[in-house]
Amino acid sequence: MDKLIIAGKEFDSRLFIGTGKYSSNKVMAESIAASKTNMVTVALRRVDIENENDEMLTAIDREKYLLLPNTSGARDAKEAIRLAKLARAASGINWLKLEVTPDPYYLLPDGTETLKAAEALVKDGFIVLPYINADPILAKKLQDVGTATVMPLASPIGSNQGLKTRASIEIIIRQATVPVVVDAGIGLPSHAAEAMEMGADAVLVNTAIAAAGNPVMMARAFKQAVQAGRQGYLAGKAAVTTEANASSPLTGFLRD
Amino acid sequence: MSQISNILSEKKLDRHNDEMLKLLDNVTVNDVKTALREVPGKYSLERMLTLISPAAQECLEEMAQQAASLTVQRFGRTIQLFAPLYVSNFCCNSCLYCGFNTSSKFKRTRSTIDQAVTEADIIASEGFRHILLVSGEDPKFVTCDYLNELAEKLRSKFSSVSIEIQPLSTEDYSKVFQGGIDEVAVYQETYDRDVYAKYHKAGPKSDYDFRLETHDRTGAAGMRRLGVGFLMGLNDWRLETLAMSEHTAHLMKNYWRAQVSFSFPRMRPAVNVIEQYQHLVSDKELVQLMLALRLCFADAGMILSTRESAAFRDKLVKLCVTKISAGSKTNPGGYSGNEDSTEQFEIDDDRSPSQVVKMLKTAGKECVWKDWDAGFAITNNE
Repeated sequence: MDKLIIAGKEFDSRLFIGTGKYSSNKVMAESIAASKTNMVTVALRRVDIENENDEMLTAIDREKYLLLPNTSGARDAKEAIRLAKLARAASGINWLKLEVTPDPYYLLPDGTETLKAAEALVKDGFIVLPYINADPILAKKLQDVGTATVMPLASPIGSNQGLKTRASIEIIIRQATVPVVVDAGIGLPSHAAEAMEMGADAVLVNTAIAAAGNPVMMARAFKQAVQAGRQGYLAGKAAVTTEANASSPLTGFLRD
Repeated sequence: MSQISNILSEKKLDRHNDEMLKLLDNVTVNDVKTALREVPGKYSLERMLTLISPAAQECLEEMAQQAASLTVQRFGRTIQLFAPLYVSNFCCNSCLYCGFNTSSKFKRTRSTIDQAVTEADIIASEGFRHILLVSGEDPKFVTCDYLNELAEKLRSKFSSVSIEIQPLSTEDYSKVFQGGIDEVAVYQETYDRDVYAKYHKAGPKSDYDFRLETHDRTGAAGMRRLGVGFLMGLNDWRLETLAMSEHTAHLMKNYWRAQVSFSFPRMRPAVNVIEQYQHLVSDKELVQLMLALRLCFADAGMILSTRESAAFRDKLVKLCVTKISAGSKTNPGGYSGNEDSTEQFEIDDDRSPSQVVKMLKTAGKECVWKDWDAGFAITNNE
């Protein structure tokens, strides 16, 4: 079976889902269900992680989905670490999607602060999944300090622009010793399929589903696209050429 | 001269500018349509001028479609809720348009820390997690110590505490930021120096530049959210919008870790105010202004208070607003039933928070009570 394994835990689905931007928790829950995901990320800023009755948290079935808290909004390593520790103390969850995004407009991740926070959090026993720019060197450094994945962005978060960082993500995948999860900027099921065909281990999608005309239908489409892309990758693609090559105009005379 | 003063002065946006008005009048519907074919959300002064021109009123529906869709993309189908807590209606200024004007004769009220906490408890019990502390300019009472003591007591109940009080120094903003206050709203009222002088004749607020540079101080102090706005009614709204946009672009470039949000205070009746206003802004104009801002600043927050009517607010939450207040009282002690104290302006949308929540659900919006966490904040004990 082709299972995704992160930090020793097996996942059937290679699609991770974000929980922001939905018109209601009901639509969010239905979309999560339609996506057949096993991993759902939730911004600590949006929920009361210690409150069992938190409206968003109660809408997420914790038996079915691994809850992956994220530090969205943290400006530097210090803030991310503080928030992560408070959340773990309150919830017992030691999985963490590490986001250090000091610029509130493009929400681009700060590589140096992310590395600093990752190192400290890994030492402190967290399973860290860092959100990063598609920077292969940073990805290697994070793997060296012990992160469970790397999560390079495809394009600015929420922008739906697709795989603008394709060349760098290809390098990250080639060099990876941990699963590579393409996060942010995936706007269409075809983008997700493209990332999976490239050999990404998983993708994370939020805006493209939550802001779609029919989020539940879009979640289903992403599920199918991720599966198709993964199978396409596993099947081993046939070589691509730009033209037919039946004859050898320059060396044909050597055939005798 | 500060950088922002220079920018406004060089672009002639700090004085009445006939040339700019002429440029606005010269914009054609075709110019607007061309602007609307560009990728939405990116600011330039020319683009803003085109979108707020009289000609653009012909294209409001197209602007609304783009703005609504961009808002959903950037903020989701959500509206954040907050409540203001007025802690003092003392004021040392004499703004001609304001009910808290120092020469207005009414019984002034200040909330002690305990009284303010009692009020905040009522606000928290309604579900709010974002609270805005408001006062007149009352620097003797609303001090950094007062704010920090109150913020400390609110920390367990609210995920963020904002202030809308007198402008402070950078040093004082740093102090209250350390105390857990991370958002500051200070509106310029008018960017036109002459109009500003006419309405702010005395008191510390008469210093135009000190007020204009306020957000350079909030930004330098590390505040996370900066609220800008102008008081609609004092001056031509189109000229004000151009100046506010340049101000916003300046803040976004220089204090790139902070998010700018716009508020839209419109002239409303207030006690003892007799001044007549030549530049009142119609619903249609306000909508045009908001749409143009969204189409130039994709990620700016847009805040709408209960000054506006319920019917109007119900429509605007579907366009580009991201944050609204509900069940607001604009007089100190108002939540716990103090009917005596004077409010800053009359509330138009007087629905309860739960009624507003119901409205938002009907509009297909998720109410976001909490979109921050006190855990982010540096505390003085660390």
